Amino acid sequence: MSPKAIWYWAVRAGIGWLVVLVAQIVWLAVSHHVSGWQQVGLVATVVIAAVHLTIMPQWRYRVHRWEATAVAVYTQSGWFHQERRIAPLSRIQTVDSERGPIEQLFGLANVTANTASAAGPLRISGLDLETAQRLVDELTYQTQLSPGDAT
Amino acid sequence: MPLAESDGPAAAALAGWRRLDRRMLVLHPIQELIRAIPWLVALLIAGGSSGHGSLWGLAGVAVVIFAGGLRWFTTTYRIAPEQVQVRRGLIRRQTLTVLRDRVRTVDVTANALHRLLGLARVTIGTGRSDRKDDGGVKLDGLSREECAWVRQELLHHLPTRPAGSPYRQSEAPSDSATEVELALWDPRWILYGPLTLSGLITLAAVVGFGYRIASEANINPARVGPVHDLLGSLGAASPALLIVVLSVAAMVLIGLASAGGYVLAFWNYRLTRQSTGTLHISRGLLTTRAVTLDERRLRGVELSEPLLLRAAHGARCIAIATGLRVGRGAEVGGSMLVPPAPRKLAETVAATILGDMETVTGPLAPHGPMARRRRYTRLLLLGSAALVALVAGWQVGPLPAWPWQVVLVLLFASPLLAADRYRSLGHAVVGGRLVTRWGSLVRRRCILASDGIIGWNIHQSFFQRRVGLVTLTATTAAGRQGYRIQDITLAEAVRVAESARPGLLSVFVSSGPAIAKS
Repeated sequence: MSPKAIWYWAVRAGIGWLVVLVAQIVWLAVSHHVSGWQQVGLVATVVIAAVHLTIMPQWRYRVHRWEATAVAVYTQSGWFHQERRIAPLSRIQTVDSERGPIEQLFGLANVTANTASAAGPLRISGLDLETAQRLVDELTYQTQLSPGDAT
Repeated sequence: MPLAESDGPAAAALAGWRRLDRRMLVLHPIQELIRAIPWLVALLIAGGSSGHGSLWGLAGVAVVIFAGGLRWFTTTYRIAPEQVQVRRGLIRRQTLTVLRDRVRTVDVTANALHRLLGLARVTIGTGRSDRKDDGGVKLDGLSREECAWVRQELLHHLPTRPAGSPYRQSEAPSDSATEVELALWDPRWILYGPLTLSGLITLAAVVGFGYRIASEANINPARVGPVHDLLGSLGAASPALLIVVLSVAAMVLIGLASAGGYVLAFWNYRLTRQSTGTLHISRGLLTTRAVTLDERRLRGVELSEPLLLRAAHGARCIAIATGLRVGRGAEVGGSMLVPPAPRKLAETVAATILGDMETVTGPLAPHGPMARRRRYTRLLLLGSAALVALVAGWQVGPLPAWPWQVVLVLLFASPLLAADRYRSLGHAVVGGRLVTRWGSLVRRRCILASDGIIGWNIHQSFFQRRVGLVTLTATTAAGRQGYRIQDITLAEAVRVAESARPGLLSVFVSSGPAIAKS
């Protein structure tokens, strides 16, 4: 993973929390008589968001790993719940690379290797552009070599 | 293979293009008319205000019938050596092409109207389970004989008819393939129908619909004469009696609806295996259905036992085949191999299809004490959390008292469920097949061929990591797309994965933490 991924995950989560916070503030602002529960809720949101934003990206960075060998692709992701996925190259059907707006901001990209199973796409996020491009090329080349319809 | 569109009708006939049966000229207009009823009603109402209601309605009917009949002229199909093609549409001409070696299922369905006319609808399933709108190429309105031909040609790999020879009545499809009967309908099975509670959904839909209509028409069902009197006299006697009577009535209705649904769907059920490598399932009372499944696409079978059915020693059997999704639509879709029936029979059928009895009835490895504890803690924690929330809602909020009382009762029953859930857990790798079993309310035993496994997922929640357990998922293109083995140790997961597909998982997982890259 690129170390920039830490910032990317933080910003992405931060935006999510911001939406929640803004909604709560608007609710506070439009209420005629503010109840104690609303204030407690707001404080709780801020505290949880702060803890989440400091812990999650670091933790994620320590968990996330990927590896592509001549026969298979392996990914390791998550933080609180962790998931490891393995798919042999011969069963990979498509390789996609995607860059969302926040990812573009940090010069990152993700690569998804799809298999014929709906349960098994392997997603490698937070790669720097060059690595992502190289990986896509490599996987595309390798998967073309294997015959059959990969089911 | 490019299509010779410009060669004219004569050449098209030579190239083997066929039309639907002429009787569809009757079928389609009626079908279209039934489908257009809401639209016609709207038209009548709209037209009624301008004074030409009946006229507009008649015009609408004419258009609908015309459009239905037109389809006979616009729809043609052919079965070429490599592919199946269907051309349809008047203004927007479409040519659907399906490669023949991608055909997984051929589904011949005939509803009451079809059967009256001696027609059927053929759906050629290509296993594109991701496409929601239609499950494959449909040909609505072929004669019965033609359907049999199409099925023979597509799945039994018969040589296609020589180009330009249209189907003649005298040519019955030659049954050169020998077939073996695996299971046959037994009227006693109807008793298993109510145990699946499938009527619950039907009943809920009917009640919901009735309630909507009643509320639209401003009728309170409790005020309707006889209902009012009945409820009143019962309620006056005792509220407990009222609840008992209502639940018994609901249960009887659900039972009847389930049994009725069972008869409609599975009457005359018959499962056969053709020597050409296909499974053939035919069933249905009013709407008959005949599904032919290519065994080369079969990756395994699933035996599922809903709690009540299990108590009555019943089970059903579902095919795990690429391109056939299982799930809520299993009965509607073509993947049901054996409807709710005696478990012995379902097991025998599964074993015959797989050619292996041990995977179906053999012992499974238990998941150990930690997995057992997790069954209890998860249910108790979930129940307690729900209880706390509902009590809080009752104390400060608008919630009535009965929800938390119900949850409290359920909480006391939950250890039983947890114990049963643990008993269900089991896995094995036998003879190149992965077997996994789980669930209590619906216990499922899934048998998946190792060839069908296209990857592994190892999931560890925070709590699983603390006790060193993982959930191993074998991903596949068939059936549920992923089959889970819950709460086993990492070492066991690696062992299972290694014995099912050697040399894939161990490279990355057992050799300590994976090597970091970038």
